[in-house]
Amino acid sequence: MRYGVLAFLFAVPLAAADSCVDCHSVLEGKLQAPAKAFANDIHARFGFSCADCHGGNRNETDPEAAMSKARGFVGKIPRTAVPERCAHCHSDASLMEKYKPRQRVDQMAQYRTSVHGKRLASGDTKVATCIDCHSVHDIREVKDPLSPVHPLRLPETCSRCHSDKTHMASYKLPTDQFANYRKSVHWEALAKRGDLSAPSCASCHGNHGAQPPEVGSVAAVCGTCHVMMEDLYKKSPHQPVFAAMGAAGCVVCHSNHEIRPPSVGMLAGPNAVCSQCHDATSAGGIAAAEMARQITSLEKALARSDQVLANAQQSGMEVSEALLRQREGREDLVKAAVAVHAFQAAAVQKPVKEGLTIAAETYQTGVSALQERTHRRLGLLASLIAIALTMLGLWLAIRSIEGRTAKTSQLTER
Amino acid sequence: MASATEPPQQQGGWLEERLGLAAIRAFLAHKTVPVHAHTLWYYFGGITLFLFTIQVMTGTLLLLYYRPSPAEAYESVQFIVTRVQFGWLIRSIHSWSANLMILSAFIHMFSVVFLRAFRRPRELTWLSGIALLGLALAFGFSGYLLPWNTVSYFATKVGTDMAAAVPVVGHNMARFLRGGNDVGGATLTRFFGFHVAVLPGITTMLLLAHLALVQKHGMSSPRWAVEEYRRKGQSVPQMPFFPNFFLRELMAWYAALGVLGSLAAIFPWELGLKADPFAPAPAGIRPEWYFLAPFYTLKLIPSHVLVFEGELVGLAGFGLLALWWVALPFWAVDRKGVERTRWVTGAGVVLLAYLATFSALGYWR
Repeated sequence: MRYGVLAFLFAVPLAAADSCVDCHSVLEGKLQAPAKAFANDIHARFGFSCADCHGGNRNETDPEAAMSKARGFVGKIPRTAVPERCAHCHSDASLMEKYKPRQRVDQMAQYRTSVHGKRLASGDTKVATCIDCHSVHDIREVKDPLSPVHPLRLPETCSRCHSDKTHMASYKLPTDQFANYRKSVHWEALAKRGDLSAPSCASCHGNHGAQPPEVGSVAAVCGTCHVMMEDLYKKSPHQPVFAAMGAAGCVVCHSNHEIRPPSVGMLAGPNAVCSQCHDATSAGGIAAAEMARQITSLEKALARSDQVLANAQQSGMEVSEALLRQREGREDLVKAAVAVHAFQAAAVQKPVKEGLTIAAETYQTGVSALQERTHRRLGLLASLIAIALTMLGLWLAIRSIEGRTAKTSQLTER
Repeated sequence: MASATEPPQQQGGWLEERLGLAAIRAFLAHKTVPVHAHTLWYYFGGITLFLFTIQVMTGTLLLLYYRPSPAEAYESVQFIVTRVQFGWLIRSIHSWSANLMILSAFIHMFSVVFLRAFRRPRELTWLSGIALLGLALAFGFSGYLLPWNTVSYFATKVGTDMAAAVPVVGHNMARFLRGGNDVGGATLTRFFGFHVAVLPGITTMLLLAHLALVQKHGMSSPRWAVEEYRRKGQSVPQMPFFPNFFLRELMAWYAALGVLGSLAAIFPWELGLKADPFAPAPAGIRPEWYFLAPFYTLKLIPSHVLVFEGELVGLAGFGLLALWWVALPFWAVDRKGVERTRWVTGAGVVLLAYLATFSALGYWR
């Protein structure tokens, strides 16, 4: 309570010290909006004021003096000058250390290498600058869910420009990336499962140094997360062929933004991606069909075990150890899917074989549990019959005793 | 060389001489049970005793394999139900029997209330019975944690948190129960000690006292049955305890055994997942059914009632309710010795309705 009063007494004069906010708060429309929004800005929280970006003197109550050009007042900052203005502080390691010691200070250097930065330097003011992604006047920390660059909101923020056909027309860029991304496994992980580590635009394209991955670097970009796949792909017969063709590695089979959940259907069947290049009778076609067959056999075996174990579990049988083994079997299935990137049937065979052994074992456990359930119920039936017979015997004994007692009473009465 | 002065033993005389069985036979021959329209309810005391005996026997068998430590408790129960011959049956019977015993004890208690069997001079029989019910609930609470699975771990956390909300002594009481600041290995060891040593010891003594009091005062006949037969110029008919009532009770025990075996075989008691103290509490965590009514009531009470914490108000309310219920034989008659029949019946009906409704709501909502 005591601290609350002190805070109030000091807060009033401190708040009154920023004449920019004081005056603009009582104005209307777009002159008022920045002052209102600034209350939520991370910079306001650290004691920065409008004057730190716009120049002028926050301590002057006279508007003329406060917004004097002699005091460096610039008013609206030109778009071309925005990155440099932000970098004034954000590239200053000694200043940033006071507020955010762990934050990087190379954003401006990276931005200059980005497509956005290069175009801005050449005078194109339609490209994104800091404020287009981070917002302006109500800039929040990246971890703040209301920030436009929070992982959950970033794809939508990028799409504001990149899905705008008018905006993108002059760059001759497609505008379906966001729509495609929303069909991908990455979007599902990010938006539906709330996995903030799931990749979004910046994970592959970079954030401040944003640019599309080149054909040769796609595998490296995907490989930052999918390490084992990248490793196998690099050693595979596909790598030199795709490189020679100028095809972008992973994208050839998985596409770029619309990355669907991988399935056996990609290897064999009417929609198989392998069949786009390999004839069914060719060595590649045969290998793809064999890999599909092996993986399908493991999927089916695990599903069969799942079913019998679920039945046993629903009957109250203790099969938790077998269910844990099933997880190991599923891991083998994942390993088999990873091994596909070696594009050799033999590589897939090892994890499939191990998985099939586990599936056979768990299936047997499930079957034994169901047999045990039947034995238990038969045992119960036998026990219930024995109990019923005993109860019948007791009832007859009671009748006999009470019958004798009744006769004796009658005789006594006579 | 045999002594010539010793008289030859008669048949059965050896035991008779040492145990005095004639006195027991004479006692049994004279002990009777009233026969009226509600004699059926007399069986529930015996059924509760029978289920307690099952608990002792199956619990002793479980002790042969159970290990009371966080690292081994879950695994040892898993071993019992998967590897030990008939281990699943013993564990399942132990768990089902515990629940049926508490159900049977509740039925016994309400039958005593509605038949007014707590009347003078049976006040101490009522008090010892209520204490035994409390001990049965304590058995349930302490035994629930022993498999060390997720549900039992978090239910114990919630339960001991409630104890901590009691003013003045709450913090120390929770610490005593947990053996530390939080539910952990020390709690498991402690609960195991309570479950297999402390509670059985106290229960055995109290049970003997309860049975002795029942023997001393005999079975109570309801007032209305006494009046009904008095009008006819008769007394309430009696049935010899042995063998007539005893054989009927035996039949009831066999029926209970059949129900118990069926439940254990068709719905084996689940083991669940091993407790992980670092994992978040799973959704929908709730205690055993006999704690559901107070649990759900506490959920409904707002966080603050006037200036008091809601949980504290709830616990104080339950404390007063329990005290009022324990004191039933003392407020059931007025100063002139006239029975407050309507009050007792009303209180019994309201309490029964509250327990049934709130337990159902706690289970389904």
